[in-house]
Amino acid sequence: MTIPQESIFKARSLTKVYDMGEVQVQALRGVDFDLYAGEMLVLLGPSGSGKSTLLNILGGLDRATAGTVAYRDLDLSHANEKQLTQYRRRHVGFVFQFYNLIPSLTAKENVAAVTEIAENPYSPEEALKLVGLEDRMNHFPSQLSGGQQQRVAIARAIAKRPAVLLCDEPTGALDSETGVLVLEAIDTVNRTLGTATAVITHNADISRMADRVVHMSNGHVQSVDVNAERRSPRELHW
Amino acid sequence: MRALDRKLFRELLGMKGQALAIAAVVAGGTATYVLSSSTLDTLQGSQARIYREFRFASVFANCKRAPRQLLERIAGIDGVQAVEARVAVPGNLYLPEFPDPVTAQVLSLPDSGQPLLNRLHLRSGRLPEYGRDQEVVLSDGFASAHKVQPGVSFTATVYGRRRKLTVVGIASSPEFIYQLQPGSIIPDFKSYAILWMNREPLEAAFNMKEAFNQISLEVGRGGSPEDVILRLDRLLAPYGGQGAHTRRDQISHRYLSEEFRQLKQMATVFPVIFLAVAAFLLNVVITRLMATQRSQIAILKAFGYTTPAIVIHFLKLAAVIVLIGVGMGIAAGTWMGRGMVTLYMEVYRFPYLDFVLRPGVVAGAAVIALAAAALGAVQAVIQYASEAPAQAMQPASPGLYKPTLLERLGLGRGLTQPTRMIWRNLERRPWKALLSIAGVAASASILVMGGFWGDAVDFMVLFQFQRAQRDDLTVTFIEPISEKALYSLVSLPGVTYIEPMRTVPVQLRNAHRTYRTTLQGLDNGGDLRRLLNTQMAVTELPPEGLVITDYLAGMLAVKPGDRLTVETLEGRKAVVEVPVASLVKEFVGVSAYMERGALNRLLREGNSISGAYMAAERERSAEIHKRLRDMPVIAATSARARILQSFYETMARQMLIFAFFNTILAATIAIGVIYNTARIAFSERSRELASLRVLGYTRGEISYILLGELAILVLAAIPLGLWMGNRLATFMANSMQSDLFRVPSVVTPWSYSFATLIILIAAVLSGASVRRKLDRMDLVEVLKTRE
Repeated sequence: MTIPQESIFKARSLTKVYDMGEVQVQALRGVDFDLYAGEMLVLLGPSGSGKSTLLNILGGLDRATAGTVAYRDLDLSHANEKQLTQYRRRHVGFVFQFYNLIPSLTAKENVAAVTEIAENPYSPEEALKLVGLEDRMNHFPSQLSGGQQQRVAIARAIAKRPAVLLCDEPTGALDSETGVLVLEAIDTVNRTLGTATAVITHNADISRMADRVVHMSNGHVQSVDVNAERRSPRELHW
Repeated sequence: MRALDRKLFRELLGMKGQALAIAAVVAGGTATYVLSSSTLDTLQGSQARIYREFRFASVFANCKRAPRQLLERIAGIDGVQAVEARVAVPGNLYLPEFPDPVTAQVLSLPDSGQPLLNRLHLRSGRLPEYGRDQEVVLSDGFASAHKVQPGVSFTATVYGRRRKLTVVGIASSPEFIYQLQPGSIIPDFKSYAILWMNREPLEAAFNMKEAFNQISLEVGRGGSPEDVILRLDRLLAPYGGQGAHTRRDQISHRYLSEEFRQLKQMATVFPVIFLAVAAFLLNVVITRLMATQRSQIAILKAFGYTTPAIVIHFLKLAAVIVLIGVGMGIAAGTWMGRGMVTLYMEVYRFPYLDFVLRPGVVAGAAVIALAAAALGAVQAVIQYASEAPAQAMQPASPGLYKPTLLERLGLGRGLTQPTRMIWRNLERRPWKALLSIAGVAASASILVMGGFWGDAVDFMVLFQFQRAQRDDLTVTFIEPISEKALYSLVSLPGVTYIEPMRTVPVQLRNAHRTYRTTLQGLDNGGDLRRLLNTQMAVTELPPEGLVITDYLAGMLAVKPGDRLTVETLEGRKAVVEVPVASLVKEFVGVSAYMERGALNRLLREGNSISGAYMAAERERSAEIHKRLRDMPVIAATSARARILQSFYETMARQMLIFAFFNTILAATIAIGVIYNTARIAFSERSRELASLRVLGYTRGEISYILLGELAILVLAAIPLGLWMGNRLATFMANSMQSDLFRVPSVVTPWSYSFATLIILIAAVLSGASVRRKLDRMDLVEVLKTRE
C-alpha cells in the first residue's frame, strides 16, 4: 500500500513539561510528528517515553507547553477549551486501555451517547456491526467480557465517522486472544472506513499491523519505520 | 502517631468539605439539644430555688371578703404550715409621659413588711415603712419598661379613689414570674403593673378593714393539698369563697410549665431529625470512602492488619467527624442557650437565672451523636472491611444496571442517553435516593415550621383583634352598675359607639367535669365584640342558652343540646341548668357567652353591666383616657392598639431570633445533604463523565447528568418537605393546645415559598461547588487510573 501524503496532524518541536510540585517532568522534548490521512500508525515505546502524552495532545485532552500542533487548519496549540471540546466532538475517536464505558447504558446506548451529539454519524447498530457485536447490542457493560467492552468502546469511538481514531493501549488489559479480536476491529475500521488510526503500544509485535511505526523513547521520536507490508492481526503473536 | 492514624488525619483533610458538612449537621442536632436542655435546666433549677427561697405558696384562694379572725381556723387545717392573707384591689396608674391606660393589681403587705409566703425579691430600694401610707413597691417588669427608680411618684386610682404614691422599692415575686394581665397571653410590662403597699391604707380604701380577699397557704410535706383545699373551701364558702386551687392552676406557674413542656419537646424533636440525617450522611460518605479504598484495605489486610483493626480505623474517622460536630454544637448550643436565657429574662421575671450546663447534657449529646454515627457507619465499614483481600484487589466490575421502569413500560423512547443515565442511576439505588429526598425534605419541613410560628401568631391576631374584638377601648367597672352609666361613656368627646357587657365568674359543671371561667353577656348585632363560629363566620347569640368555646366543650365533654350546670361565683350564688346552644372558636382562653338579657334574667339583677366596649376617634384618645381616669367607677381600661403593639413588640423579637436560628439550622441540613450527595455522585461518576467529555460532550452537557440527578432529588423533596412541615406544624400546634391558648395550625403560602427558596438556594450553592469540580476535572488523570 502506498502511503498517502496528506497530513492530518502536523506537530513541530512539541514540548510538554509536567509541573509536579517540586519536580518537573519533561514528557516531550521537541517532537516532530505527522499523521497522514487513512494510515495505520503504531506508536511504540517503553512506558514513560511520551507516547500517551503525544496522543493526549493530538486528541485535544491536553496542551503542549511549547511547539505547534495542528489538526488540518485548526491550531490545537492555541485552541480554547470550547474549541477543543468541539474538535473532540466532531473529529476524534478515542479508545482507552480501560474501556471507560458508561455502566448505566447498554452497548447500543453507549454508542448512541455519541451519535446523539454528532453530525451525520453511523447508527449505533451499524457501528456495533462493524466490530462484530450486533447480537450484544442490548447488553449492559456488566454483562459483557473485557474484549467485548473494548469493542463497544471502538464502535463508540468511530460512530461519529471521525477523521482520526486514537487508541491508547487498547489491548493492555486483555489476553492475547481477545486482544486480537479488538485489533481486528481497529484494523477493519481503518481499512473499510479509511479512518487515520494511531495505536499506542509497548508491544513490538503489534507494530507489524501498521503502515508506519514511530519509535519513541525518553520524550523523543527516535525513529520512524515504514512497514513494507501490513500484517493482519490474525498473524500477530505475543 | 501511628501510620494508620496519620492516614486517617490526611483523609480527613482531603474530604474536609464533606466532613465539615456532616459535622455541621451533627452540630445542629447537638446545639438544639444542648440549647433546649440547658435552658430547661436553667429555668427549672432557678424556678425551684426561687420557689424555695421566696416561699412560693402551694394553695391559693380568692374570696369576696373574709374576716382575719378566720385565719386562725385556716392555719389549724391539717397539713397547713403557713398562711398569708392579703387584700388585692384593681387599680390604674397614670404616668405623665405614657398616654395609654395602665392597669395595676394592688396587693397588701403585712405590717411586718415581708409576707411570710410569696416573699418579695427587692431589686432596689426597700419595703414601705409602717405608717407610710403613700409608699409602694413596684413590680420590676413595669419599672424597667418605664425606667422608674425608687423615689419616683405618680398618681393612681385604687378602687375609684385617686391618690399619690411614691415608689420606694422595685421587686419581683415568685407569684409573678410571668406577669400577665388577665385575659392576655403575652406580658405587657408597659401597661400592667403590680403594686405592693401597706395593709392599713389599702384595707381602708377598699372597705376591707381587718379582712382579706386573697389567701395563700403552704402545705407541709406530709399534708395533702387536695384535703387542704376541701377544708379551706368549706371555711371560705360563707365569705364568697371562689374555690381554692394548687400551683397547677396558678397562672404564672402554669405558663412556666407550658414553656417547660415545649422546651422538652424541642429537646427531642429537633435533635432526632438532625442526628438521623447525620447518620444517613455518614453512611453514604463512609461507604463511598471505603469503596475508593477497596484496594488499600486489601493491601493493609495482606500485610496482616486484622478486620477489626480496619473496622476501628474507619469508625474512628466517623467518630472524629462526629466529635468535631459535637464540639461545635456544644459551643453553639451554649452560646445560644445563654442568649435564650437572656431572652427569657425579658419575658419571665425571674429574680435571677443561673445558666446551667450539666456535664450530663454534654456527655449525653456526645453519646447520642456517636450512637447515631455508629448506626450510620458500622454496616458500611464491616461490609468492606471483611471482603477477602484477593477479591478486593480486583477491579470492581461495572455496576449492575437495568432499564428503568419507565423504559420497561415502553415510555423511554425519546430519552437522550444522559437522561437515561440519570434515571437508571436513581433507580439502581432507590434507598439512597429516597433517603436523600427524606433528608432534604426534613430540612424543608423545619423551615416550614419556622414560618408556621409567625403565621400562627398573625392568624391569632387577625382573628382575635380584627374579627372578634374590634373595639378601640375596653372599660371594666369596679362592680356591676346600672346600664345608665353608658350614657356618661357615650357622651365622652371622641367616643363614637359603645356596646355594653356583663361578666360574671362562674363554675361550669357537667357531671364530674368542672371548669371555672367568665360568663359574658353580650348584645346581639354588636359590631365591636363579635363571636365567630367554628367556621369562623360571625354568629349570633341565641335568646336563651349558652354559647361556649369549642375547646371548653371538649374539656367538659358537652355538645350543643347538652345541659351544663352554671354556678355563679358572684353576688346571688345561683346554680342553674342551662343548655349549650352552640360553639364558638377562640384561640385565647376559654369563655362562655349568653345574650345579655338572658344572663341578667339568670342573675335576677335587672339590666346591670360590668363594662363596655367602645369605638373612639384615634386622635382624641389621650383626652378620652384622661376623662376615664376621673370616673371613679372604672376599674380598668385597656386599649386595643396598645395590646397589639406590645404583643408584636414582645413576639417580634423572639420570632426574629427564632426564625434566624431555625433557618440556619435547616439550611445546614439542606446543604449537608445536597452537597454530600453531589460530592459523592461526582466521585462515583467522574470516570463516566470524563469519558463523555473525551467523546466531545461539553461541560454543560456532563453537568446536566450530575446536576440533573440532584435537581430531581431536590424537586421531589420540596413538595414532600412542605407536606411534612405542614404535619409537623399541626403536631406542634396540637401539642400546645390548652385552656390558656390554642395555636392555630395555619401555614401561609409565604412560609411555603420561603422554605422552597432556601432549599433551592442551598441546592444551587451545592450544585455550583460540584460544577466547579467538574470544570476542573483532569480528564487524562481520571481515565488513566483504574477505578
